[in-house]
Amino acid sequence: MKITTPEFKSNAVEALKNQTLQKALSHVEEGFIDKRQMAADALPEFETLRDNARDIKNHTLSHLDLYLEAYEEKVIESGGHVHWAQTAEDARNIVLDICRKVGAKTVTKGKSMISEEIGINDFLEGEGIEPIETDLGEYIIQLRNEAPSHIIAPAVHVLKEQVEEDFRATHTHLPEDRNLEEPETLLDEARTVLRQKFLDADVGITGANFLIAETGTSIIVTNEGNGDLTQTLPKVHIVLASLEKITPTLEDVSQILRVLARSATGQDMSVYTTFSTGPRRESDVDGPEEYHVVLLDNGRTNMVGTEFQDMLRCIRCGACMNHCPVYHAVGGHAYGWVYPGPMGAVLTPSLTGVDKGGQLPNASTFCGRCEAVCPMRIPLPKMMRHWREREFERNLNPTAQRFGLKFWAWFAKRPRLYGLGAKIAMRGLAIMAGSKGRLSFMPLGRGWTKYRDMPAPEGKTFQQMWAEKQVGKT
Amino acid sequence: MQPKGDTLLTQPHVGLFVTCLVDLFRPNIGFSAVELLEKAGCQVTVPPAQTCCGQPAYNSGDRANTRAIAEQVIEAFEKFDYVVAPSGSCAAMLKKHYPELFAGDAQWEERTTNFAAKVFELVSFLSDVMFFQEIDVTFQGRVTYHDSCSGLRELGIARQPRKLLQQVEGLELKEMENPDVCCGFGGTFCVKYSDISNAIVEKKTATIEAAEVDMLLAGDLGCLMNMAGKLQREGKTTKVRHVAEVLAGRLDGPAIGEGK
Amino acid sequence: MSARDAILSKIRNQVAGDEDQTARRAAVANRLATAPKGTIPARGQLNTRDRLKLFCQRAEAVSTTTVTVKSYDDVPEAVAEYLRNRNLPQAVRMGDDERLGGADWSKTPALTKDVGPSDGSDLVGLSHATCGVAETGTLVLTSGSQNPTTVNFLPENHIVVIHVSDIAGDYETALDQVRQMNGKGRMPRTVNMVTGPSRSGDIEQKILLGAHGPRSLHIVVVDD
Repeated sequence: MKITTPEFKSNAVEALKNQTLQKALSHVEEGFIDKRQMAADALPEFETLRDNARDIKNHTLSHLDLYLEAYEEKVIESGGHVHWAQTAEDARNIVLDICRKVGAKTVTKGKSMISEEIGINDFLEGEGIEPIETDLGEYIIQLRNEAPSHIIAPAVHVLKEQVEEDFRATHTHLPEDRNLEEPETLLDEARTVLRQKFLDADVGITGANFLIAETGTSIIVTNEGNGDLTQTLPKVHIVLASLEKITPTLEDVSQILRVLARSATGQDMSVYTTFSTGPRRESDVDGPEEYHVVLLDNGRTNMVGTEFQDMLRCIRCGACMNHCPVYHAVGGHAYGWVYPGPMGAVLTPSLTGVDKGGQLPNASTFCGRCEAVCPMRIPLPKMMRHWREREFERNLNPTAQRFGLKFWAWFAKRPRLYGLGAKIAMRGLAIMAGSKGRLSFMPLGRGWTKYRDMPAPEGKTFQQMWAEKQVGKT
Repeated sequence: MQPKGDTLLTQPHVGLFVTCLVDLFRPNIGFSAVELLEKAGCQVTVPPAQTCCGQPAYNSGDRANTRAIAEQVIEAFEKFDYVVAPSGSCAAMLKKHYPELFAGDAQWEERTTNFAAKVFELVSFLSDVMFFQEIDVTFQGRVTYHDSCSGLRELGIARQPRKLLQQVEGLELKEMENPDVCCGFGGTFCVKYSDISNAIVEKKTATIEAAEVDMLLAGDLGCLMNMAGKLQREGKTTKVRHVAEVLAGRLDGPAIGEGK
Repeated sequence: MSARDAILSKIRNQVAGDEDQTARRAAVANRLATAPKGTIPARGQLNTRDRLKLFCQRAEAVSTTTVTVKSYDDVPEAVAEYLRNRNLPQAVRMGDDERLGGADWSKTPALTKDVGPSDGSDLVGLSHATCGVAETGTLVLTSGSQNPTTVNFLPENHIVVIHVSDIAGDYETALDQVRQMNGKGRMPRTVNMVTGPSRSGDIEQKILLGAHGPRSLHIVVVDD
């Protein structure tokens, strides 16, 4: 997938001008925020569970090597295979190999952000294997040849009229005069079209919300049931998961499940929480004959043990972006890669490099709403600031900005000179504003005055007036 | 509080951290803070050796300059019983972020922790520390209060300003929709990402307008200047002031961005 | 070095450079062996009666329907009645679960039972849950010939029978019951925790029932 993260600013400008997108984005605020609040309020233990979830992941990450070993042992014991992939390319080749061995022609896919991260769809297609997304949102964007714009609602940027157009253009075997005006009819059509694909597929690929070390189990959390059909019907089930999905025990995952759906969609529990352990057993009459787990690193081992380790607690609920004013304004595509919103602003530079992803941690007001709702209590603003520090150390920010900062800091460290300079500058601004009380244009301040007026200073600085007052007193 | 004598026990000595924006743009907020603190029984000193809390450097990733500025602030203010700022954002910087900055530093860590414990934002200090009740001013009109992000989420300020405002005679407090959502200011963000900042503040001014109030209040001048500047560019007449100006009754001069 | 070893040794270096590995190993082994419980919501900690009530209430809150019968012999009629009410043909797809098979089906001669996995042509699936969780009205189904996983997902309508004594208050208790089935550390191939019928909110965030799994979910509680 082409990374357009360095063009975040121009992406954002385009997004702000896109009326269709702006209309679609209004559903984010309506659809998620109140529901999350109600679900959280209805569970008195919610805040304690957030603490527990954080602590469980912290413990796991500080013993990650050992839990991975324990997990691998259990998967093998239950008849499954574990494949270790250091890079996206390694992961793609592992998947291709498995598909080739069973002569796969079509592959159904449950929703998986890792599959987006490694760009598996384009790759498989290039190798003559047809990948079919089965999550409704993923299916819609696959038809549109787009990337997801939200980690749990991939087609949140699409309006139903656009879905209708896409379905009419793709499902040409269906009668032209059919009614597709309502979301219900669109859903029915997708269900019918995809049902046959499920039954025909040779391989099913899913992601994983959790990998349980105690039992060698992978867990997917979904609402549609597509993930279950994807992994149950084909001969082969491949799980794509990143290293940090490891969770020690069933008890631990129970704690985290209680905060996951509530934070994501405001449900107490998603409809389907499915535990898979190995391939089908002798006592089974259905299920896959082969079970493979691809464990992906792709930059995550660079994060463990650093100031960015906390980000690996993320369980991909999407609450941070659902509550982010910047995400609300520009949507997910502007972020230019797989992960949008506050979690993307930390993860993208971590996985693609700060030279490519550096724009994102800067594009935040630090309003802190993301951290306030994160079920794993990830200090997202703090980590964005860490990225800014890394950028600063490597002289990656624009020259004008660095110069401005240096100039300002030089004065800020010299109160006497600062006071003098401030006195003169504020006097000047006040005179420019005249009796109007505000400026509609300001030298060096176009970023501000392009959209707003600049309230003029009173004239004298507080320090100046205070000093005068003290003299008057004595 | 460090008791140094009988009188000081009852009259804590407050060092006012004016904040750079109040110093430069709106001294009236600084004087309002002084009046309120004195009314609440504090002795107020304004150390001249103050400029800024260092947030512009801190949020730009420049730790070295941030540290230098932080050391300067701590040196100038650590002798007071309390350090009070008429801004949630600057107070949070002093109280929450300075300790992070010096964590693990043998020479500064403890000193910073002690300093941070004395730092408060003005309105929450009046309400939670001084149990200030004597609001004897009047204001005829309907106001709405915007929760600035740092004050709300880093310091838990939400209830205190509303409680004090409700004691102002004649004042009617009407909540806007989503008062806790960011106004899009974000310090240098509003200039670096002016297009996004504009989209955010546009939503804010729309909710302010929908609240049908005479005046918008908040506890942070940065947010206030952003919202005032946008309201005025949009030709709206809602007046904008810092909550301290209303609580102190210092309403003679023009509101923020208002003509003389 | 293999990818596996490269990844593991890199993590080890970064999270536990000079730490004592014995202590780390002991901490991990201990957690895996003892599986300590965290915070259990008070909501589900009730007596059997109230737990059943909560279970049904939570299930109904997510668009599941429920009915309680007195014995397994009443299950066939409850199934037949559900099919009649929903204008569905009298036919179900099911596994070879002994409790379901052992019920007295002679009272519903018109009802056809097909035993085995579903191939997608069935309208109604009938399953027996291993257990349930009252705190969220969740069913726990485990795979095997007694309850093929395809029966849970391919038919348009899903009827699940559960015994009242298998309804736990919380996930931990229910999952521990699953764990005991094959011994600790061994899970059935598939465990489905099901909370309501299938749904999607992917078109303009409007929640619609019946995405890819069943459009309707009906629970029959056997309370003998």
